[in-house]
Amino acid sequence: MLNPALTQRDPAARSRLLLTLVALALLWPGLSLSELDLSVLVDGSNADTMGAFLSGFWPPAHDTEFLLLLGRATLETLAIATAGMALALAVAIPCALLATRALSISALSRGGRPHWWAQAVRWPVRGLLILLRSVPEIVWALLFVRAVGLGPTAGVLAIAITYAGMLGKVYAEIFESVDPLPTRALIGAGGSRLQAFAYGVLPQATGEMLSYTVYRWECAIRASVVMGFVGAGGLGQQMDLSMRMFAGGEVASMLLTFLLLVLLADLFSQLLRRRFV
Amino acid sequence: MSVSMLSSSPRTSLTNQTEPALSLSGVSYCHANGHVALRDVDLQIAKGERVALIGPSGAGKTTLLRLLATHVQPSNGELELLGCQPWTLSVGARQKLRGRIGLIHQAPPLPPRQRVITSVLAGRLGHWSLGRSLLSLVYPLDKNGVAEVLGKLDLADKLYERCDQLSGGQLQRVGIARALYQSPTLMLADEPVSAMDPVLAAYSLNVLKREATRCQATLIASLHAVELALEHFPRVIAVRDGRILFDKASNTVTPGELDALYANDQLEGFARVEPTPSQSLHIPRC
Repeated sequence: MLNPALTQRDPAARSRLLLTLVALALLWPGLSLSELDLSVLVDGSNADTMGAFLSGFWPPAHDTEFLLLLGRATLETLAIATAGMALALAVAIPCALLATRALSISALSRGGRPHWWAQAVRWPVRGLLILLRSVPEIVWALLFVRAVGLGPTAGVLAIAITYAGMLGKVYAEIFESVDPLPTRALIGAGGSRLQAFAYGVLPQATGEMLSYTVYRWECAIRASVVMGFVGAGGLGQQMDLSMRMFAGGEVASMLLTFLLLVLLADLFSQLLRRRFV
Repeated sequence: MSVSMLSSSPRTSLTNQTEPALSLSGVSYCHANGHVALRDVDLQIAKGERVALIGPSGAGKTTLLRLLATHVQPSNGELELLGCQPWTLSVGARQKLRGRIGLIHQAPPLPPRQRVITSVLAGRLGHWSLGRSLLSLVYPLDKNGVAEVLGKLDLADKLYERCDQLSGGQLQRVGIARALYQSPTLMLADEPVSAMDPVLAAYSLNVLKREATRCQATLIASLHAVELALEHFPRVIAVRDGRILFDKASNTVTPGELDALYANDQLEGFARVEPTPSQSLHIPRC
């Protein structure tokens, strides 16, 4: 053929091969540093201990008194996760709007790259989001349990802070990943940043945002359980008590409740995605 | 054709006496990759004039329109639009100016999931407060206005359809409807009818011309169909290799000039297929 593009090798092949080799080379020190050794799982005495612990899980506890307690704890967990997410959203959305490059007016006339000084204004916001999410929620929870005392408030605040950082970062990146042309066209026709966001970005980003938010809500439910162990209320606190009393049946019931909650969150997410993606 | 020429020329010559809608002197534009898209362009267009841009693809028609829409800043030269120099204005004032300029894109940049009514409403964002825009997003406040402008383009029944359910030609007409709804002082159109059949293309161009006349707007459209340009526009500007090759009344354009405008050395004789450098540059990054 006369097409000169056919005679040369795929220009992307070499970089792909290199990237694969680098990824494999990085994996090995990771495995050795984390001292991963699967053989201890099947070691005789360890397996017996685990088996004894797990055998206590059956049958799951289901007496009325416990179920009432479980129901209350579940509601508390849901409330912690939802209230934490609501607070997180209130912080994350404004931060994402400030941090994203997608709404830059100066980027329109510069081929999509904002002015350096406009970028400089975004850095502090990005820094704030990094700060919020880099401290794990369990650490915030320990801090707040000391500040506001035992109970759900500490869990709500811990989730709000960490998740604001995560949601803000991911929202900002979702805004940047959608087709920029509608937004640029609106800014180019005299619209403000927020108007361009509402008419250009939002219709494209709604599905991803909703599905990520529901997934984060699911994570918040799990996180609130972990934080319960340090006294931040909800199912986790109950589970901590049951484990200390070696009441395996109660732990099993609670694990089944988690399963149900995650299943519900997943169904909800699928429903939303079908509607918006 | 001659009738429309006669009816429009007195108005054109009259408005020529008044201020120009836009003027370019020595304007050049260089892309970020170093490609010079426009060289030393001098151009004056009077208020209310109707001008067609023609030329081979890659000649710089789209760049010129984007320059006039203030979407890109000239690398060199003086640009004056609607009585002001856009790149000396503050950001806020420039956004206000952009609200008076409507650009119809060849592939209308409409979010696929957006409804037609919302896409058209978005044309007037430059004139609306944020509160009104957000309210209109939830509940369209000016349903009748949108229906009226869609009706002119024979799309009245598509009011509540989603954009991804429309054909290319319908989408282009939604793009035109948005620009008409914006009711700009300067109307720019980049290949506005390229995805339409000949009948629809002529019809849509007529709507565009009529609305521009009604609003006393200046209309500049790039067209790859030369016969449409010569038939619908009294003045034709031909662009080739980033330069203006000729700029004259459409009834004085000769076939020889058109041949020179579209002459393609690469395609003559043997049809050699060469990848354009811009394409091979983009593929590895995707």
